[in-house]
Amino acid sequence: MDQTTIERLGDALYDALVAGTPIAPLTETHPEMRIEDAYQVQRRMIARRVAAGERVIGKKIGVTSKAVMNMLGVNQPDFGMLTDRMVFNEGETIPAASLIQPKAEGEIAFLLKHDLQGPGVTAADVLAATEGVMACFEVVDSRIRDWKIRIQDTVSDNASCGVFVLGDQLVDIADLDLAMCGMVLEKNGEIVVTGAGAASMQHPVNAVVWLANMLGQLGESLKAGDIVLSGAMGAMVPVAAGDSLRMQIGGIGGCSVRFV
Amino acid sequence: MNLNQKTIEQLAEHLENAELEAHEVIKITEAHPDMDWDDAYAIQAEILRRKLARGSRVVGLKAGLTSHGKMKQMGVSTPVFGWLVDYFSVADGGEIKHSELIHPKVEPEIVFVTKKALRGPGCHIGAVLAATDFVMPGIEIIDSRYKDFKFDLKSVIADNCSSTRFVLGGQRASVAGLDLRTLGVVLEKNGEPVAIGAGAAVLGHPAAAIAALANHLGARGEEIPAGTMILSGGVTEAVSVSPGDHVNLRIQSLGSVSTRFV
Repeated sequence: MDQTTIERLGDALYDALVAGTPIAPLTETHPEMRIEDAYQVQRRMIARRVAAGERVIGKKIGVTSKAVMNMLGVNQPDFGMLTDRMVFNEGETIPAASLIQPKAEGEIAFLLKHDLQGPGVTAADVLAATEGVMACFEVVDSRIRDWKIRIQDTVSDNASCGVFVLGDQLVDIADLDLAMCGMVLEKNGEIVVTGAGAASMQHPVNAVVWLANMLGQLGESLKAGDIVLSGAMGAMVPVAAGDSLRMQIGGIGGCSVRFV
Repeated sequence: MNLNQKTIEQLAEHLENAELEAHEVIKITEAHPDMDWDDAYAIQAEILRRKLARGSRVVGLKAGLTSHGKMKQMGVSTPVFGWLVDYFSVADGGEIKHSELIHPKVEPEIVFVTKKALRGPGCHIGAVLAATDFVMPGIEIIDSRYKDFKFDLKSVIADNCSSTRFVLGGQRASVAGLDLRTLGVVLEKNGEPVAIGAGAAVLGHPAAAIAALANHLGARGEEIPAGTMILSGGVTEAVSVSPGDHVNLRIQSLGSVSTRFV
Protein backbone atom coordinates (compact mmCIF):
# COMPACT_ATOMS: atom_id res chain seq x y z
CA MET A 1 0.00 0.00 0.00
CA ASP A 2 1.27 3.47 -0.81
CA GLN A 3 1.96 6.12 1.80
CA THR A 4 -1.05 8.24 0.81
CA THR A 5 -3.47 5.36 1.37
CA ILE A 6 -1.82 4.46 4.68
CA GLU A 7 -2.17 8.02 5.94
CA ARG A 8 -5.75 8.27 4.73
CA LEU A 9 -6.71 5.06 6.59
CA GLY A 10 -4.85 6.10 9.76
CA ASP A 11 -6.66 9.43 9.65
CA ALA A 12 -10.02 7.71 9.13
CA LEU A 13 -9.44 5.57 12.25
CA TYR A 14 -8.33 8.61 14.23
CA ASP A 15 -11.43 10.53 13.16
CA ALA A 16 -13.61 7.52 14.10
CA LEU A 17 -11.96 7.48 17.55
CA VAL A 18 -12.48 11.19 18.13
CA ALA A 19 -16.05 11.19 16.83
CA GLY A 20 -16.95 7.91 18.54
CA THR A 21 -18.39 6.69 15.23
CA PRO A 22 -17.17 3.36 13.84
CA ILE A 23 -16.22 2.82 10.21
CA ALA A 24 -16.45 -0.10 7.79
CA PRO A 25 -13.69 -2.75 7.96
CA LEU A 26 -10.56 -1.52 6.13
CA THR A 27 -10.15 -5.02 4.70
CA GLU A 28 -13.46 -4.63 2.88
CA THR A 29 -12.31 -1.58 0.96
CA HIS A 30 -8.62 -2.60 0.84
CA PRO A 31 -8.46 -6.41 0.60
CA GLU A 32 -4.84 -6.12 -0.54
CA MET A 33 -3.70 -4.77 2.84
CA ARG A 34 -0.89 -6.78 4.50
CA ILE A 35 -0.13 -6.92 8.23
CA GLU A 36 2.99 -4.78 7.61
CA ASP A 37 0.73 -2.14 6.01
CA ALA A 38 -1.60 -2.37 9.00
CA TYR A 39 1.20 -1.50 11.43
CA GLN A 40 1.95 1.56 9.26
CA VAL A 41 -1.72 2.59 9.49
CA GLN A 42 -1.55 2.14 13.27
CA ARG A 43 1.60 4.28 13.37
CA ARG A 44 -0.28 7.04 11.54
CA MET A 45 -3.27 6.82 13.89
CA ILE A 46 -0.96 7.09 16.93
CA ALA A 47 1.00 9.95 15.32
CA ARG A 48 -2.27 11.87 15.12
CA ARG A 49 -2.93 11.21 18.82
CA VAL A 50 0.58 12.34 19.75
CA ALA A 51 0.18 15.45 17.57
CA ALA A 52 -2.98 16.18 19.57
CA GLY A 53 -0.96 16.14 22.79
CA GLU A 54 -1.03 12.51 23.94
CA ARG A 55 2.10 10.74 25.17
CA VAL A 56 2.93 7.04 24.60
CA ILE A 57 3.48 5.33 27.98
CA GLY A 58 3.59 1.67 27.03
CA LYS A 59 2.35 -1.13 24.79
CA LYS A 60 -0.35 -3.76 24.76
CA ILE A 61 -0.11 -7.27 23.37
CA GLY A 62 -3.24 -8.75 21.82
CA VAL A 63 -4.34 -11.96 20.05
CA THR A 64 -2.44 -13.97 22.67
CA SER A 65 -4.78 -16.94 22.98
CA LYS A 66 -4.89 -19.91 20.63
CA ALA A 67 -8.67 -19.46 20.24
CA VAL A 68 -8.37 -15.84 19.06
CA MET A 69 -5.38 -16.67 16.84
CA ASN A 70 -7.45 -19.40 15.18
CA MET A 71 -10.41 -17.04 14.82
CA LEU A 72 -8.24 -14.45 13.06
CA GLY A 73 -6.22 -17.05 11.12
CA VAL A 74 -2.81 -16.07 12.49
CA ASN A 75 -0.16 -17.81 14.54
CA GLN A 76 1.29 -14.86 16.38
CA PRO A 77 0.00 -12.03 18.56
CA ASP A 78 -0.19 -8.33 17.70
CA PHE A 79 0.58 -5.14 19.58
CA GLY A 80 -0.66 -1.60 20.02
CA MET A 81 0.33 1.59 21.85
CA LEU A 82 -0.84 2.85 25.25
CA THR A 83 -1.06 6.59 25.81
CA ASP A 84 -1.54 8.73 28.90
CA ARG A 85 -5.14 9.42 27.86
CA MET A 86 -5.98 5.69 28.15
CA VAL A 87 -4.89 5.03 31.73
CA PHE A 88 -7.28 4.88 34.68
CA ASN A 89 -6.48 3.95 38.25
CA GLU A 90 -8.05 1.49 40.68
CA GLY A 91 -11.64 2.41 41.57
CA GLU A 92 -12.03 5.20 39.03
CA THR A 93 -15.05 5.62 36.78
CA ILE A 94 -14.99 5.48 33.00
CA PRO A 95 -17.61 7.35 30.96
CA ALA A 96 -19.08 4.64 28.75
CA ALA A 97 -20.02 7.28 26.18
CA SER A 98 -16.29 7.87 25.54
CA LEU A 99 -16.11 4.38 24.03
CA ILE A 100 -17.91 2.81 21.06
CA GLN A 101 -18.46 -0.91 21.79
CA PRO A 102 -16.29 -1.69 24.85
CA LYS A 103 -15.42 -5.09 26.31
CA ALA A 104 -13.28 -5.70 29.39
CA GLU A 105 -10.69 -8.42 29.98
CA GLY A 106 -8.49 -9.28 32.96
CA GLU A 107 -4.75 -9.02 32.37
CA ILE A 108 -1.39 -8.85 34.09
CA ALA A 109 0.36 -5.49 33.48
CA PHE A 110 4.16 -5.35 33.61
CA LEU A 111 5.98 -2.21 34.74
CA LEU A 112 9.56 -2.24 33.38
CA LYS A 113 12.60 -0.91 35.20
CA HIS A 114 15.10 -1.58 32.38
CA ASP A 115 15.00 -1.25 28.59
CA LEU A 116 14.47 -4.43 26.59
CA GLN A 117 16.09 -4.41 23.17
CA GLY A 118 15.39 -7.31 20.80
CA PRO A 119 16.32 -9.46 18.99
CA GLY A 120 17.54 -12.12 21.38
CA VAL A 121 15.40 -11.17 24.39
CA THR A 122 14.63 -14.22 26.57
CA ALA A 123 12.26 -14.89 29.48
CA ALA A 124 15.20 -14.29 31.85
CA ASP A 125 15.72 -10.80 30.36
CA VAL A 126 12.03 -9.94 30.84
CA LEU A 127 12.04 -11.14 34.46
CA ALA A 128 15.21 -9.15 35.16
CA ALA A 129 13.78 -6.01 33.54
CA THR A 130 10.47 -6.14 35.44
CA GLU A 131 9.93 -3.72 38.32
CA GLY A 132 6.67 -5.45 39.22
CA VAL A 133 3.27 -6.56 37.95
CA MET A 134 -0.26 -5.31 38.56
CA ALA A 135 -3.78 -6.59 38.08
CA CYS A 136 -5.25 -4.71 35.14
CA PHE A 137 -8.45 -4.38 33.16
CA GLU A 138 -7.94 -3.76 29.51
CA VAL A 139 -11.08 -2.25 28.03
CA VAL A 140 -10.85 -3.09 24.37
CA ASP A 141 -12.89 -1.16 21.85
CA SER A 142 -13.14 -1.21 18.09
CA ARG A 143 -13.36 1.69 15.69
CA ILE A 144 -14.50 -0.91 13.16
CA ARG A 145 -18.25 -1.37 12.92
CA ASP A 146 -19.70 -4.29 14.96
CA TRP A 147 -16.23 -5.67 15.72
CA LYS A 148 -16.15 -7.13 12.15
CA ILE A 149 -12.36 -7.32 12.26
CA ARG A 150 -9.75 -9.28 10.38
CA ILE A 151 -6.21 -9.21 11.70
CA GLN A 152 -5.27 -6.24 9.44
CA ASP A 153 -8.24 -4.25 10.79
CA THR A 154 -7.41 -4.74 14.45
CA VAL A 155 -3.67 -4.09 13.95
CA SER A 156 -4.50 -0.86 12.06
CA ASP A 157 -6.89 0.12 14.86
CA ASN A 158 -4.16 0.06 17.53
CA ALA A 159 -4.85 -3.59 18.38
CA SER A 160 -8.42 -2.59 19.35
CA CYS A 161 -7.17 -0.88 22.50
CA GLY A 162 -9.64 1.39 24.28
CA VAL A 163 -8.55 2.29 27.79
CA PHE A 164 -7.01 0.36 30.69
CA VAL A 165 -7.30 0.34 34.47
CA LEU A 166 -4.35 -0.43 36.76
CA GLY A 167 -5.07 -2.26 40.02
CA ASP A 168 -4.39 -1.81 43.69
CA GLN A 169 -0.85 -3.19 44.09
CA LEU A 170 2.50 -3.38 42.34
CA VAL A 171 4.03 -6.73 43.32
CA ASP A 172 7.47 -8.23 42.87
CA ILE A 173 7.45 -11.24 40.55
CA ALA A 174 10.06 -13.19 42.56
CA ASP A 175 8.52 -16.52 43.64
CA LEU A 176 5.47 -15.88 41.45
CA ASP A 177 4.69 -18.23 38.54
CA LEU A 178 2.61 -15.86 36.42
CA ALA A 179 1.29 -18.72 34.26
CA MET A 180 -0.44 -20.16 37.31
CA CYS A 181 -1.93 -16.98 38.74
CA GLY A 182 -5.70 -17.42 38.70
CA MET A 183 -8.07 -14.60 37.71
CA VAL A 184 -11.67 -14.13 38.87
CA LEU A 185 -13.75 -11.45 37.16
CA GLU A 186 -17.07 -10.29 38.61
CA LYS A 187 -19.54 -8.07 36.78
CA ASN A 188 -22.15 -6.46 39.01
CA GLY A 189 -21.32 -8.96 41.74
CA GLU A 190 -21.61 -12.08 39.63
CA ILE A 191 -18.61 -14.20 38.66
CA VAL A 192 -18.63 -14.14 34.86
CA VAL A 193 -15.08 -15.28 33.95
CA THR A 194 -12.31 -17.23 35.60
CA GLY A 195 -8.95 -17.78 34.01
CA ALA A 196 -5.20 -17.88 34.59
CA GLY A 197 -1.96 -16.43 33.24
CA ALA A 198 -1.35 -19.46 31.01
CA ALA A 199 -4.21 -18.26 28.77
CA SER A 200 -1.77 -15.73 27.29
CA MET A 201 0.76 -17.63 25.14
CA GLN A 202 1.09 -20.33 27.84
CA HIS A 203 2.86 -17.74 30.05
CA PRO A 204 2.44 -13.94 30.15
CA VAL A 205 6.23 -13.55 30.07
CA ASN A 206 6.22 -15.24 26.63
CA ALA A 207 4.03 -12.42 25.35
CA VAL A 208 6.46 -9.75 26.58
CA VAL A 209 9.40 -11.70 25.10
CA TRP A 210 7.59 -11.79 21.76
CA LEU A 211 6.89 -8.06 21.87
CA ALA A 212 10.49 -7.11 22.71
CA ASN A 213 11.80 -9.22 19.84
CA MET A 214 9.12 -7.99 17.43
CA LEU A 215 9.95 -4.37 18.25
CA GLY A 216 13.64 -5.20 17.79
CA GLN A 217 12.92 -6.22 14.20
CA LEU A 218 11.32 -2.81 13.67
CA GLY A 219 14.30 -1.02 15.19
CA GLU A 220 12.38 -0.13 18.36
CA SER A 221 12.57 -1.25 21.97
CA LEU A 222 10.72 -1.38 25.26
CA LYS A 223 11.85 1.32 27.69
CA ALA A 224 12.31 1.52 31.44
CA GLY A 225 9.07 2.92 32.85
CA ASP A 226 6.90 1.38 30.12
CA ILE A 227 3.66 -0.37 31.04
CA VAL A 228 3.07 -3.56 29.04
CA LEU A 229 -0.32 -5.31 29.03
CA SER A 230 0.45 -8.98 28.52
CA GLY A 231 -2.81 -10.37 27.10
CA ALA A 232 -6.18 -11.65 28.27
CA MET A 233 -6.33 -14.27 31.05
CA GLY A 234 -9.91 -15.23 30.13
CA ALA A 235 -12.89 -14.33 27.97
CA MET A 236 -13.92 -10.73 27.24
CA VAL A 237 -17.00 -9.23 28.90
CA PRO A 238 -19.18 -6.58 27.20
CA VAL A 239 -19.62 -3.50 29.40
CA ALA A 240 -22.03 -0.57 29.43
CA ALA A 241 -22.91 2.44 31.59
CA GLY A 242 -23.98 1.28 35.05
CA ASP A 243 -21.72 -1.79 35.10
CA SER A 244 -19.37 -2.35 38.00
CA LEU A 245 -16.41 -4.69 37.48
CA ARG A 246 -14.11 -6.28 40.02
CA MET A 247 -11.21 -8.61 39.36
CA GLN A 248 -8.77 -10.47 41.58
CA ILE A 249 -5.56 -12.21 40.49
CA GLY A 250 -4.00 -14.80 42.81
CA GLY A 251 -0.73 -13.54 44.28
CA ILE A 252 -0.97 -10.16 42.50
CA GLY A 253 -3.98 -8.19 43.70
CA GLY A 254 -7.24 -6.72 42.53
CA CYS A 255 -8.64 -4.11 40.21
CA SER A 256 -12.06 -2.49 40.07
CA VAL A 257 -13.78 -0.02 37.81
CA ARG A 258 -17.23 1.41 37.20
CA PHE A 259 -18.73 2.54 33.92
CA VAL A 260 -20.96 5.58 34.09
CA MET B 1 -40.19 -41.44 47.18
CA ASN B 2 -42.21 -42.69 44.23
CA LEU B 3 -40.35 -45.89 43.31
CA ASN B 4 -40.66 -49.17 45.19
CA GLN B 5 -37.63 -51.04 46.54
CA LYS B 6 -37.72 -53.60 43.73
CA THR B 7 -37.57 -50.91 41.04
CA ILE B 8 -34.73 -49.13 42.85
CA GLU B 9 -32.75 -52.39 42.97
CA GLN B 10 -33.42 -53.08 39.29
CA LEU B 11 -32.34 -49.61 38.22
CA ALA B 12 -29.20 -49.84 40.39
CA GLU B 13 -28.25 -53.14 38.75
CA HIS B 14 -29.01 -51.70 35.31
CA LEU B 15 -26.76 -48.68 35.89
CA GLU B 16 -23.98 -50.59 37.60
CA ASN B 17 -23.87 -53.12 34.78
CA ALA B 18 -23.54 -50.26 32.31
CA GLU B 19 -20.52 -49.06 34.28
CA LEU B 20 -18.91 -52.50 34.70
CA GLU B 21 -19.49 -53.52 31.08
CA ALA B 22 -18.71 -50.04 29.71
CA HIS B 23 -21.84 -49.59 27.65
CA GLU B 24 -24.22 -46.68 27.49
CA VAL B 25 -27.90 -46.71 28.44
CA ILE B 26 -30.89 -44.43 27.94
CA LYS B 27 -31.49 -42.06 30.86
CA ILE B 28 -33.68 -43.80 33.39
CA THR B 29 -36.20 -40.97 33.80
CA GLU B 30 -37.54 -41.86 30.33
CA ALA B 31 -39.04 -45.07 31.74
CA HIS B 32 -39.61 -43.62 35.22
CA PRO B 33 -40.69 -39.99 34.80
CA ASP B 34 -42.17 -39.97 38.32
CA MET B 35 -38.89 -40.69 40.16
CA ASP B 36 -37.83 -37.96 42.61
CA TRP B 37 -34.57 -36.77 44.20
CA ASP B 38 -34.83 -39.25 47.07
CA ASP B 39 -35.37 -42.10 44.61
CA ALA B 40 -32.30 -40.96 42.72
CA TYR B 41 -30.10 -40.93 45.82
CA ALA B 42 -31.61 -44.31 46.87
CA ILE B 43 -30.53 -45.83 43.53
CA GLN B 44 -27.06 -44.32 43.99
CA ALA B 45 -26.90 -45.83 47.52
CA GLU B 46 -28.02 -49.22 46.21
CA ILE B 47 -25.20 -49.22 43.62
CA LEU B 48 -22.78 -48.52 46.46
CA ARG B 49 -24.31 -51.33 48.57
CA ARG B 50 -23.70 -53.76 45.67
CA LYS B 51 -20.06 -52.69 45.44
CA LEU B 52 -19.47 -52.89 49.20
CA ALA B 53 -20.98 -56.39 49.21
CA ARG B 54 -18.33 -57.35 46.65
CA GLY B 55 -15.55 -55.97 48.85
CA SER B 56 -15.13 -52.40 47.56
CA ARG B 57 -14.36 -49.68 50.06
CA VAL B 58 -15.42 -46.01 50.04
CA VAL B 59 -12.32 -43.80 49.77
CA GLY B 60 -13.90 -40.39 49.31
CA LEU B 61 -16.82 -38.22 48.25
CA LYS B 62 -17.43 -35.84 45.36
CA ALA B 63 -19.52 -32.82 44.50
CA GLY B 64 -20.84 -32.28 40.99
CA LEU B 65 -22.70 -29.56 39.04
CA THR B 66 -20.82 -26.99 41.09
CA SER B 67 -20.63 -24.17 38.58
CA HIS B 68 -23.33 -21.51 38.62
CA GLY B 69 -23.55 -21.88 34.85
CA LYS B 70 -24.22 -25.63 35.03
CA MET B 71 -26.65 -25.22 37.93
CA LYS B 72 -28.61 -22.61 36.00
CA GLN B 73 -28.61 -24.89 32.97
CA MET B 74 -29.95 -27.82 35.03
CA GLY B 75 -32.38 -25.64 36.98
CA VAL B 76 -31.02 -26.39 40.47
CA SER B 77 -29.70 -24.30 43.32
CA THR B 78 -27.48 -26.86 45.05
CA PRO B 79 -24.79 -29.18 43.73
CA VAL B 80 -25.17 -32.97 43.62
CA PHE B 81 -23.02 -35.51 45.43
CA GLY B 82 -21.59 -38.98 44.97
CA TRP B 83 -19.12 -41.45 46.44
CA LEU B 84 -15.73 -42.73 45.32
CA VAL B 85 -14.57 -46.32 45.85
CA ASP B 86 -11.10 -47.83 45.97
CA TYR B 87 -10.84 -49.02 42.36
CA PHE B 88 -11.63 -45.51 41.06
CA SER B 89 -8.23 -44.34 42.36
CA VAL B 90 -5.37 -44.04 39.85
CA ALA B 91 -1.79 -43.22 40.88
CA ASP B 92 -0.25 -39.90 39.80
CA GLY B 93 1.33 -40.53 36.39
CA GLY B 94 -0.56 -43.79 36.06
CA GLU B 95 -2.46 -45.25 33.11
CA ILE B 96 -6.21 -45.47 32.60
CA LYS B 97 -7.59 -48.06 30.19
CA HIS B 98 -9.90 -46.14 27.87
CA SER B 99 -11.60 -49.38 26.82
CA GLU B 100 -12.86 -49.90 30.39
CA LEU B 101 -14.83 -46.66 30.07
CA ILE B 102 -17.61 -45.45 27.75
CA HIS B 103 -16.86 -41.85 26.73
CA PRO B 104 -14.63 -40.43 29.47
CA LYS B 105 -13.95 -36.74 30.11
CA VAL B 106 -11.49 -35.13 32.50
CA GLU B 107 -12.06 -32.24 34.90
CA PRO B 108 -9.59 -30.27 37.05
CA GLU B 109 -10.45 -30.25 40.74
CA ILE B 110 -9.26 -28.86 44.06
CA VAL B 111 -9.32 -31.80 46.47
CA PHE B 112 -9.97 -31.38 50.20
CA VAL B 113 -8.89 -33.75 52.99
CA THR B 114 -10.59 -33.11 56.32
CA LYS B 115 -9.11 -33.44 59.80
CA LYS B 116 -12.35 -32.84 61.71
CA ALA B 117 -15.90 -34.04 61.15
CA LEU B 118 -18.27 -31.62 59.42
CA ARG B 119 -21.96 -31.75 60.16
CA GLY B 120 -24.77 -29.65 58.69
CA PRO B 121 -27.14 -27.90 58.66
CA GLY B 122 -25.48 -24.53 58.95
CA CYS B 123 -22.06 -25.66 57.72
CA HIS B 124 -20.25 -22.67 56.13
CA ILE B 125 -16.94 -21.84 54.47
CA GLY B 126 -15.32 -20.95 57.78
CA ALA B 127 -16.19 -24.32 59.32
CA VAL B 128 -14.85 -26.09 56.23
CA LEU B 129 -11.54 -24.21 56.25
CA ALA B 130 -11.14 -24.90 60.00
CA ALA B 131 -11.78 -28.61 59.41
CA THR B 132 -9.49 -28.91 56.37
CA ASP B 133 -6.25 -30.81 56.90
CA PHE B 134 -4.94 -29.89 53.43
CA VAL B 135 -5.87 -29.38 49.78
CA MET B 136 -4.23 -30.98 46.73
CA PRO B 137 -4.79 -31.14 42.98
CA GLY B 138 -6.87 -33.91 41.45
CA ILE B 139 -8.04 -34.97 37.99
CA GLU B 140 -11.53 -36.40 38.01
CA ILE B 141 -12.51 -38.67 35.14
CA ILE B 142 -16.25 -38.64 34.59
CA ASP B 143 -18.07 -41.11 32.37
CA SER B 144 -21.82 -40.75 32.31
CA ARG B 145 -23.42 -44.09 31.63
CA TYR B 146 -26.04 -42.23 29.60
CA LYS B 147 -25.97 -42.03 25.82
CA ASP B 148 -24.08 -38.92 24.61
CA PHE B 149 -23.80 -37.59 28.21
CA LYS B 150 -27.48 -36.61 27.88
CA PHE B 151 -29.11 -36.66 31.28
CA ASP B 152 -31.34 -34.77 33.66
CA LEU B 153 -30.64 -34.13 37.31
CA LYS B 154 -32.30 -37.24 38.74
CA SER B 155 -30.72 -39.54 36.18
CA VAL B 156 -27.24 -38.20 36.90
CA ILE B 157 -27.65 -38.50 40.68
CA ALA B 158 -28.74 -42.13 40.31
CA ASP B 159 -25.64 -42.70 38.15
CA ASN B 160 -23.44 -41.56 41.06
CA CYS B 161 -22.83 -38.23 39.32
CA SER B 162 -20.95 -39.87 36.42
CA SER B 163 -18.05 -40.87 38.70
CA THR B 164 -15.54 -43.34 37.37
CA ARG B 165 -11.88 -42.59 38.17
CA PHE B 166 -9.73 -39.96 39.88
CA VAL B 167 -6.04 -39.17 40.09
CA LEU B 168 -4.55 -37.42 43.12
CA GLY B 169 -1.05 -36.01 43.23
CA GLY B 170 0.98 -32.85 43.34
CA GLN B 171 1.69 -31.38 46.71
CA ARG B 172 -0.47 -30.87 49.77
CA ALA B 173 -0.95 -27.34 51.03
CA SER B 174 -2.54 -25.89 54.12
CA VAL B 175 -5.47 -23.58 53.38
CA ALA B 176 -4.05 -20.97 55.76
CA GLY B 177 -2.74 -18.12 53.64
CA LEU B 178 -4.14 -19.66 50.46
CA ASP B 179 -6.88 -17.84 48.55
CA LEU B 180 -8.73 -20.77 46.99
CA ARG B 181 -10.85 -18.40 44.88
CA THR B 182 -7.92 -17.13 42.85
CA LEU B 183 -5.88 -20.34 42.55
CA GLY B 184 -5.06 -20.65 38.87
CA VAL B 185 -5.97 -23.96 37.23
CA VAL B 186 -4.47 -25.11 33.91
CA LEU B 187 -5.51 -28.42 32.37
CA GLU B 188 -3.25 -29.62 29.56
CA LYS B 189 -3.90 -32.36 27.03
CA ASN B 190 -0.87 -33.59 25.12
CA GLY B 191 1.11 -30.55 26.23
CA GLU B 192 -1.43 -27.94 25.20
CA PRO B 193 -3.61 -25.98 27.66
CA VAL B 194 -7.21 -26.99 26.90
CA ALA B 195 -9.08 -25.61 29.91
CA ILE B 196 -8.09 -22.69 32.13
CA GLY B 197 -9.85 -21.29 35.17
CA ALA B 198 -9.64 -20.33 38.82
CA GLY B 199 -11.05 -21.82 42.03
CA ALA B 200 -13.96 -19.38 42.19
CA ALA B 201 -15.57 -21.22 39.25
CA VAL B 202 -16.70 -23.75 41.89
CA LEU B 203 -19.68 -22.08 43.64
CA GLY B 204 -17.70 -18.86 44.07
CA HIS B 205 -15.35 -20.66 46.49
CA PRO B 206 -14.46 -24.40 46.46
CA ALA B 207 -15.03 -24.67 50.23
CA ALA B 208 -18.68 -23.76 49.60
CA ALA B 209 -19.07 -27.11 47.78
CA ILE B 210 -17.79 -28.96 50.87
CA ALA B 211 -20.18 -26.96 53.08
CA ALA B 212 -23.05 -27.84 50.73
CA LEU B 213 -22.09 -31.52 51.01
CA ALA B 214 -22.07 -31.35 54.83
CA ASN B 215 -25.50 -29.68 54.73
CA HIS B 216 -26.82 -32.30 52.29
CA LEU B 217 -25.62 -35.13 54.58
CA GLY B 218 -26.83 -33.27 57.68
CA ALA B 219 -30.37 -33.29 56.30
CA ARG B 220 -30.07 -37.11 56.28
CA GLY B 221 -28.59 -37.31 59.78
CA GLU B 222 -25.11 -38.01 58.43
CA GLU B 223 -21.81 -36.13 58.50
CA ILE B 224 -18.48 -35.87 56.69
CA PRO B 225 -16.11 -37.80 58.97
CA ALA B 226 -12.62 -36.56 59.82
CA GLY B 227 -10.07 -37.84 57.29
CA THR B 228 -12.43 -37.72 54.31
CA MET B 229 -11.08 -36.94 50.84
CA ILE B 230 -13.52 -34.86 48.76
CA LEU B 231 -13.40 -33.77 45.13
CA SER B 232 -14.94 -30.29 45.28
CA GLY B 233 -16.13 -30.03 41.67
CA GLY B 234 -14.83 -29.26 38.19
CA VAL B 235 -13.15 -25.85 37.87
CA THR B 236 -13.59 -25.84 34.08
CA GLU B 237 -15.67 -27.57 31.45
CA ALA B 238 -14.96 -31.31 31.17
CA VAL B 239 -12.60 -32.25 28.32
CA SER B 240 -13.03 -35.42 26.22
CA VAL B 241 -10.09 -37.82 26.05
CA SER B 242 -9.03 -40.60 23.66
CA PRO B 243 -6.57 -43.48 23.92
CA GLY B 244 -3.02 -42.09 23.73
CA ASP B 245 -3.90 -38.79 25.41
CA HIS B 246 -1.70 -37.48 28.19
CA VAL B 247 -3.45 -35.19 30.67
CA ASN B 248 -1.60 -32.91 33.05
CA LEU B 249 -3.19 -30.61 35.62
CA ARG B 250 -1.35 -27.71 37.21
CA ILE B 251 -2.82 -25.71 40.11
CA GLN B 252 -1.21 -22.60 41.55
CA SER B 253 0.69 -23.43 44.76
CA LEU B 254 -0.40 -27.10 44.59
CA GLY B 255 1.93 -28.52 41.92
CA SER B 256 0.75 -30.86 39.21
CA VAL B 257 -0.80 -34.29 38.65
CA SER B 258 -1.04 -36.32 35.46
CA THR B 259 -2.40 -39.45 33.83
CA ARG B 260 -2.27 -41.24 30.49
CA PHE B 261 -5.14 -42.91 28.64
CA VAL B 262 -4.12 -46.15 26.93
